[in-house]
Amino acid sequence: MSTIAAAPGTNYLNATKGLRSWIGTLDHKRIGLMYLFTILCTFLMGGVFAIMVRLQLGGFNIMTADQYNRAFTYHGTIMVFMVVIPMIPAAIGNFALPMLIGAKDVAFPRINLASYYIFLTGATMAAYTLFAKGVDTGWTFYAPYSIRTGTSASWVLMGAFIMGFSSIFTGLNFIVTIHKLRAPGLTWNRLPLFCWALYATSVIQVLATPVLAITLLLLTFERATGIGIFDPKIGGDPVLFQHFFWFYSHPAVYIMALPAMGVISEVIPVFSRKPIFGYKAIALATFGIALVAFLVWGHHMFVSGQSEFANFVFSLLTMFVAVPTGVKVFSWVATLYKGSLRFNAPLLYAFCFLFVFTVGGMTGMFLAALATDVHLTDTYFVVAHFHYVMVGSTLMGFLAALHFYFPKMFGKMYSECSAKWGCFLIFMGFNVTFFPQFILGSQGMPRRYYAYVPEFKTLNQLSTFGSWLIAAGFIWTAIYLGRALVAGAKAPSNPWEALTVDWQTASPPITENFETTPVITSGPYEYR
Amino acid sequence: MSTDTHTHHFAHHFESADHELEASKEGMWVFLLTEVLFFGGLFCAYAIFRSMYPEMFHEAHKYLNWKLGALNTVILITSSLTMAMAVSACQKAQRNKAIVNLILTFLLACGFLVVKSFEYAHKIHEGLLPGALFHNHEIVHPKAPLFFSIYFGTTGLHGFHVICGMIVILWLLFRTIRGDFDKGYFMPVELVGLYWHFVDLVWIFLFPLLYLVS
Amino acid sequence: MLWTLPFFGTLPVQASEIASRWDAFYIFLVVLSLIFFVIVFGAMIIFAVKYNKDRRAKAEYIEGNHLLEFFWTAIPTVIVMVIFVWGYVVYRDMVQAPSDAYEIRVIAKQWLWQFQYETGRSEINKIYVPLNKPVKLVMTSEDVIHSFFVPNFRIKKDVVPGMYSQVWFKATVLGEHHLFCAEYCGTSHSGMIGTVIVLNDQDWKNFLKGREIPAAGSTGAMGTAAAGEVAAPTMTMAERGRELSKTKGCVACHNDTGAAGGVAPTYKGLYGSTVEMTDGSKVVADDNYIRESIENPQAKIVKGYNPVMPMFKGLLKEDEINALIAYIKSVK
Repeated sequence: MSTIAAAPGTNYLNATKGLRSWIGTLDHKRIGLMYLFTILCTFLMGGVFAIMVRLQLGGFNIMTADQYNRAFTYHGTIMVFMVVIPMIPAAIGNFALPMLIGAKDVAFPRINLASYYIFLTGATMAAYTLFAKGVDTGWTFYAPYSIRTGTSASWVLMGAFIMGFSSIFTGLNFIVTIHKLRAPGLTWNRLPLFCWALYATSVIQVLATPVLAITLLLLTFERATGIGIFDPKIGGDPVLFQHFFWFYSHPAVYIMALPAMGVISEVIPVFSRKPIFGYKAIALATFGIALVAFLVWGHHMFVSGQSEFANFVFSLLTMFVAVPTGVKVFSWVATLYKGSLRFNAPLLYAFCFLFVFTVGGMTGMFLAALATDVHLTDTYFVVAHFHYVMVGSTLMGFLAALHFYFPKMFGKMYSECSAKWGCFLIFMGFNVTFFPQFILGSQGMPRRYYAYVPEFKTLNQLSTFGSWLIAAGFIWTAIYLGRALVAGAKAPSNPWEALTVDWQTASPPITENFETTPVITSGPYEYR
Repeated sequence: MSTDTHTHHFAHHFESADHELEASKEGMWVFLLTEVLFFGGLFCAYAIFRSMYPEMFHEAHKYLNWKLGALNTVILITSSLTMAMAVSACQKAQRNKAIVNLILTFLLACGFLVVKSFEYAHKIHEGLLPGALFHNHEIVHPKAPLFFSIYFGTTGLHGFHVICGMIVILWLLFRTIRGDFDKGYFMPVELVGLYWHFVDLVWIFLFPLLYLVS
Repeated sequence: MLWTLPFFGTLPVQASEIASRWDAFYIFLVVLSLIFFVIVFGAMIIFAVKYNKDRRAKAEYIEGNHLLEFFWTAIPTVIVMVIFVWGYVVYRDMVQAPSDAYEIRVIAKQWLWQFQYETGRSEINKIYVPLNKPVKLVMTSEDVIHSFFVPNFRIKKDVVPGMYSQVWFKATVLGEHHLFCAEYCGTSHSGMIGTVIVLNDQDWKNFLKGREIPAAGSTGAMGTAAAGEVAAPTMTMAERGRELSKTKGCVACHNDTGAAGGVAPTYKGLYGSTVEMTDGSKVVADDNYIRESIENPQAKIVKGYNPVMPMFKGLLKEDEINALIAYIKSVK
């Protein structure tokens, strides 16, 4: 392999200059940053809708019912399709994966760039509807309401359809990258757990997303020409739509969760200075979860009219997801045992993850069990549950990864003190917002409600207050990270003293990542 | 035709041209797997509705011309053969043979689309259209529009894949004429060949499911 | 206030027979979660404090412990199986209605609830039910998917257009209880609020006779009280169905006397029986079958008959279909 000799001070950020060098870049690191920037923008959009929803529910009466229905639809659609699904794989994975396996790039850099533009196209198409008739179906687009509604639903459906291809191509790219571009000596046994997580996620992306694509396509045609597959007025079956939809959308939540779990598996060993507890079990559990993910979609439909037998089977299978997930949580905590813990921001976010994700996971049991699900489904209990797992896993994992890789991405260090405050604000804000919603749901407040009976007022007000805390936390995070970008201290190449090969590069790395292809001679967590 | 062995320039993150070829083939296989899932959703809808309305499927399928369907099957299988021969010709650096076979594949695909357009024209004329557009008076069963929704959905999606394949084959033809391929490098032809065989395979499933409902 | 409600105010009033068993299971899950949470989070905090780098400079190299991993796989597996079984057992009793349940028909539409009684009485947004007697609701929607949710009873079931779904309960607390729509259905989804009014024996008898019910409730009045006498219905739902079978032309081909050899199958003894189709398959003649036979008769042809029945899809309203089904059911 030839040795790359880069001019001193040259890195992937300044190697080529000008807008054109970014728009047409094939460098996975630049593409990762482009995704990161775009996703931070869509996250802001989704967050604004969340604040609006919470303001309405907090009693400020700022919009009509029709506007409210659009607000929560946009919040959900943007957050699911434009934020949490691509968040870690596209923004962090694209940046880190090749470096983690000692490669110079992903297998198909041009497909990688195309993925980004496909994502942007789909997102723009969906966002355009904000200026048209909007969309008010909820992110789940249940038929027949989604067929009849006179809003711009078809544009959003097609936007999501297009974004799906971005997800598929990213998954395809990662699978081939992990198979074919591992550096010499990097056996499967030495593969970092974040790579295992991205691998399992990619398998889900590749197998599940096409089914969503055909579902959205069929729904759009049903709206346009009335093919009669979902609309009961012309002989179709609306529950069939739910089966098709959830067949993708349940595995989709593992596209959100697994990469985040992978990040936690990387961060805890580095900041405990000891190996991950039970490496093989975690890798196996990751694939176990990915497999079972495809078998449990019916647990979203326990009261839909599905047969009692189907309910029995889906509930039983859903229970099996809890076991490998529990194994992972125990392993992460056990990794802390007799470690030498360094309380940097990534580890603090890992702790937040453990707290929030565990609560989310346990409340999942309430919904997986048939009896309790009957009362709790379609209430705020479900809203709280999925925010705990989605935000708990994906968002906390993302924040951990962002703080972990920030020095590598930008060559600058952020203020640890500011990061601790941001973490605290976000964590407190999150719990104040969403924990009351478990109680609201148990008390019987249904979801997607513009207005509610007076009994539910106090907890709603509390939840709205929490949303302001989260917002403050994110604004604070943006401020200190922005400050670090501009005026932060120069980062050493390996500030966390990590052992994985991605940290054996400059901060920021040169375009080719490594001057010579590394040869791996030991595992990723051998902190002796 | 070039006889000297020029090393093909492969992307910087691969170790050799062979490495790139292996990775690219794997990528194409994964892509075809996603296509299986994509068509799979439609096949699933077919299976569900056929099990719900078996007599309707039997009655409605009689309005499809199985002879034209069989002709199209033969056309596509032949095009797969010519495609395979084009790949083999590129492998052996037989440029003229490769060009001829690529042109044949393209023409056969055109033939497939021509037959398809006759079939579609007939359906449109008879009012045998999907869902709410259906206005045929011979078929009595109220769910018949569903059959035609599935017919147009599956063959339409398949036809779209044929058209995409044809565009790519034209591009391959252009590159072959330009002399891009030789013994050491024919990766794009091989990858498109894989895609084309998949498109053929989907039709081989569609034909009996739609045209030969017993 | 709310804090007097079950389980520290986090659960609604227990107003149905199943509610106490449901609550017990729920509380079990809460306690289990708390235990688990204390173990995991407690360990995390203890480790975070004890193994802080300032207290412990060198980490110990531990790769795993197979025995520990075995236990923390096996024990949760057993626990989730317990949860599954308990959840299923309670669920089964929540969804399997007793055979003597009093049936009320529910039609949901954007954005109100319509209730049809066998006696022919029809109510909007207020459903009157007896105390301590099982009630079964047979529900359909006129437009989009809704969901029938009564938190105090711990019941919920989606109400789907084009099919019938069922839910049952046995109310144990008199007075008024909230009824919410729990499946997003458009503009006034949150406005689709109804009331379940549980009546004592005497009031229930009066209700069935068509008399007005005083608007008093243990939790206070909700919505507008009925003013004046409610007119006694002149026909039961089944009688109305019989009239419809004449005015809509069903009698041209169907009879309810059991006479064979007609153009169409007889209604006598049809409901609940097993019918054989021309292709050999057998179907139980339930609500969904009868509805399909009215709307799309060509979908299933009974053996020995020809496909000559015209389609009634779009020609009958939901309450008329309910009436016809009630009539067919009554011809035993």
